[in-house]
Amino acid sequence: MELLDLIVLLPELVILLSACMLLVLSVFVKETPLAADGMAREVFDTPRGANLVYNGALVLLLVIGTVFALRIPDLPIYAMMGLFQADPLANLLKSASCFALLISLIYSRQYLVDRGMFRPDFIVLALFALLGQCVLISGANLLTLYLGLELMALSTYGLVAMRQDNAQSTEAAMKYFILGALASGFLLYGMSMLYGVTGSLDLIEIFKAVADPRINHLIMAFGLVFIMAGLAFKLGVVPFHMWVPDVYQGAPTAVTLLIAAAPKLAAFALLFRLLVNTLLPLFSDWQPMLIMLAVLSMVIGNVTAIAQTNIKRMLAYSAIAQMGFVLLGMLSVFDDHAYSAALFYAVTYTLTTLASFGFLMLLSKKGYDCETLDSLKGLNKNYPWFAFMGLVMMFSLAGIPPTVGFAAKLSVLEALVDAEYTALAIIAVMASLVGAFYYLRVVKVMYFDAPLREHEITGSGISRGILGLNSIAILVLGIFPGALMALCLNVMRNTLLGG
Amino acid sequence: MILSYAIWIPIVFGLIILIYGSERPSSGVRYLALFGSVLGFIATLPLVFRFDETTAGMQFVEKFSWIERYDINYHLGVDGISVWFVVLTAFINIIVVVAAWEVITEKVSQYLASFMILSGLMIGVFSALDGMLFYVFFEATLIPMYIIIGVWGGKNRIYAAFKFFLYTLLGSLLTLIALLYLYNATNTFDIQTWHHAPLDIVEQILIFSAFFMAFAVKVPMWPLHTWLPDVHVEAPTGGSVVLAAIMLKLGAYGFLRFSLPIAPDASMYLGPFVIFLSLVAVIYVGLVALVQKDMKKLVAYSSIAHMGFVTLGFFLFSPLGIEGGIIQMISHGFISGAMFLAIGVLYDRMHTRQISDFGGVIHRMPKFSVFMVFMAMANCGLPATSGFVGEFMVILAAVDYDFWIGLLAATALMLGAAYSLWMVKRVLFGAIANKEVDALTDINGREFLMMAVLSICVLWMGVYPKPFTDIIHPAVIHLLEHVAISKL
Repeated sequence: MELLDLIVLLPELVILLSACMLLVLSVFVKETPLAADGMAREVFDTPRGANLVYNGALVLLLVIGTVFALRIPDLPIYAMMGLFQADPLANLLKSASCFALLISLIYSRQYLVDRGMFRPDFIVLALFALLGQCVLISGANLLTLYLGLELMALSTYGLVAMRQDNAQSTEAAMKYFILGALASGFLLYGMSMLYGVTGSLDLIEIFKAVADPRINHLIMAFGLVFIMAGLAFKLGVVPFHMWVPDVYQGAPTAVTLLIAAAPKLAAFALLFRLLVNTLLPLFSDWQPMLIMLAVLSMVIGNVTAIAQTNIKRMLAYSAIAQMGFVLLGMLSVFDDHAYSAALFYAVTYTLTTLASFGFLMLLSKKGYDCETLDSLKGLNKNYPWFAFMGLVMMFSLAGIPPTVGFAAKLSVLEALVDAEYTALAIIAVMASLVGAFYYLRVVKVMYFDAPLREHEITGSGISRGILGLNSIAILVLGIFPGALMALCLNVMRNTLLGG
Repeated sequence: MILSYAIWIPIVFGLIILIYGSERPSSGVRYLALFGSVLGFIATLPLVFRFDETTAGMQFVEKFSWIERYDINYHLGVDGISVWFVVLTAFINIIVVVAAWEVITEKVSQYLASFMILSGLMIGVFSALDGMLFYVFFEATLIPMYIIIGVWGGKNRIYAAFKFFLYTLLGSLLTLIALLYLYNATNTFDIQTWHHAPLDIVEQILIFSAFFMAFAVKVPMWPLHTWLPDVHVEAPTGGSVVLAAIMLKLGAYGFLRFSLPIAPDASMYLGPFVIFLSLVAVIYVGLVALVQKDMKKLVAYSSIAHMGFVTLGFFLFSPLGIEGGIIQMISHGFISGAMFLAIGVLYDRMHTRQISDFGGVIHRMPKFSVFMVFMAMANCGLPATSGFVGEFMVILAAVDYDFWIGLLAATALMLGAAYSLWMVKRVLFGAIANKEVDALTDINGREFLMMAVLSICVLWMGVYPKPFTDIIHPAVIHLLEHVAISKL
């Protein structure tokens, strides 16, 4: 390993080493005896080992996230003999993933403590999932991509299964694991076909080989279908979306947040690496598939969400529909504007997702999960500020100005109209019209209905403060989206130039 | 900066009220809102006093880069077509704040804040010269209105709130596509550049249709009008006033700012179709108004009929027609606002709006009855009220265009007289109908003041509309000259 490799890989190495070290250290921390029921009583009564790991993880994420953010302007660079690439896109997505995990951990602390899940292994698994994401995002070789993907997936399977005593959680974990393994199999099979035809695992080599007209097109197309299926599964788009609602609903909300937020960024990276960086010459083959996936996701996701009474399940269908929008941004051929629109969409969607699940967690308390629509009834009466934050999130997801969700939809639609897919744009807005209904319903229960029970906000002042900032960010980025849009465009431009 | 003040003073006050008022007694909040709305109104006055009547161009222009990535600008300006609506919006906002004074007791700060923010956003719609800025303001108005209907509305408020939101969203989402299409064709969101964008007839018709969906829903034009009566019936008084006085005008204004100048050939081509829809609104909806049992529903249907006059006037493509339409819009803002206030006054006392529950109100509320009769007269277009001016101008233009269209439009005056006066007769006159009516008390000083101010406006516009037409005229002539030049 050369010095340059070390510099490029340093953040990932630090995550890996710190995660291992924190895990080991936590074993040696002397615990205060727990209360009789085996659960911690108060925030200050948490297991000290877990506390150490938690605080260590927060510092780590803050530092690493900043390092990645500072690296965004750097030119693309390859390391480890072309296995690993650090281009602006990778740095942006990795930075966003780190901060997403940081915020997730801040939101979920009290939730985890209340449910006896505040344990070192939870946090370490989350860190490993992040490491997997980073590797995946930076993958420049099919093997690296797969390695990162599996590391991320295996860690999240473990996280979903953490609540052993809960049947629903266990069921969700089983479903997630089996279907996820199947999808990985699809992806791997598709990759093996690519390898078979092109003789290389390196993304650039494959790109060159695919661009050659003498390539065996039939096998490539077969491989592409399998890769698309695997990708669609990881993104959670129709018709490979079945796991999403069950896992979102079944997993503890803290884990749902970990699955719903940062991994979407990783999935976006995978999509970009495979379709744009590698298989761009097969454009005419993957484009119709992408259109099908996107349209089906938007329509089925939005229509099915209407029937949900569980907010987590509703947000799952909403995620399916939103991912359809991201796919729409990827339709154009080598167009930095369109791709940057999709990137902007993915990043801002992650921001909104963080807020919405954080919101649900702060409204939960020990022995009670806030996850049905009814549990939000009359929130405005007791906690007007919280209700307002919920309102901002819902209107952002629905894409109503002046929230960031509108800016994101605007940029994707603009890219579509620009690429002369006006009909698709009309389908997309009609699907969002349907979607507006169920987002409005959440606002309705918070504002128009009488409360069914006393609401209670848990969580520390810090987590409430961060949630407030998060919601304000949704609003402010909606009013002034220019800077972030420019950043996304720059990143995409530099990435495409280097790639 | 006048326009920015007009937009942001109410919005900032709204936010202050929201933050300050959540845990404080409501009286302070009310005075704060009153202060903010009066300040916002004063901020708009220079627009009229310093308005240059010799030019048809945009005035009080402000332009800053907003989203560079898409060349979206914070670009404001008013011409003769829009300036009165800015003032009207700020004025109605004061009325709404005063109307809520003793009536709204639940979550006062949120109620007042919603209206303050809504008022700022609507001024933004009228003064935006950037397509995307217009759209952001246009859509953002849905949020406070949705909350207003849903929280302070009547029994069926949730249905009404959803219907309002989704109906309007349907139209505006198609408009968004049209805006993006225009951006793609011209590389700018500047509305005035769009006016000169070369578009072939197919493009024009598609763009016209997309805009038509948004604006026709908002106006509302038959057959897209069904949301309005439902929403009016459920909305609180303030909501109805703003909806009828200002929100409906957003759609009609959109026709003048977008549809006619951007797609002139399509407007000419589809003009007869729009005229047909307007005539249906004027006559059929007028007949529907006649048989309503609920007062609010009756005024809601009469609003649709009056807005039919507006769109009729616009698509006759004559100065008289368009100016008449604009005058009708302003006048309808005063009259419908006053009508809904009057119904609100009765509703606060009796908690019913059914016409059959009333009778002989004049014996117990003489002062109120004077205003109500006056407004009903204005509503049916009695000369010397503002209702007459606009309708008369439109009918003149219609006769000029085609005698039979003019004749049909003129029958609407009779219908208007029929439903307005018949309602007045059943509610105000006759013997005292029941104990509740017997126990009614006349309007207090606050209510008197609101009705009196609105009555003065209606009279002033009816007797001496020249200040209004002087300001409107150059812009309308300019618009018509522009529309007359084919883009093909």
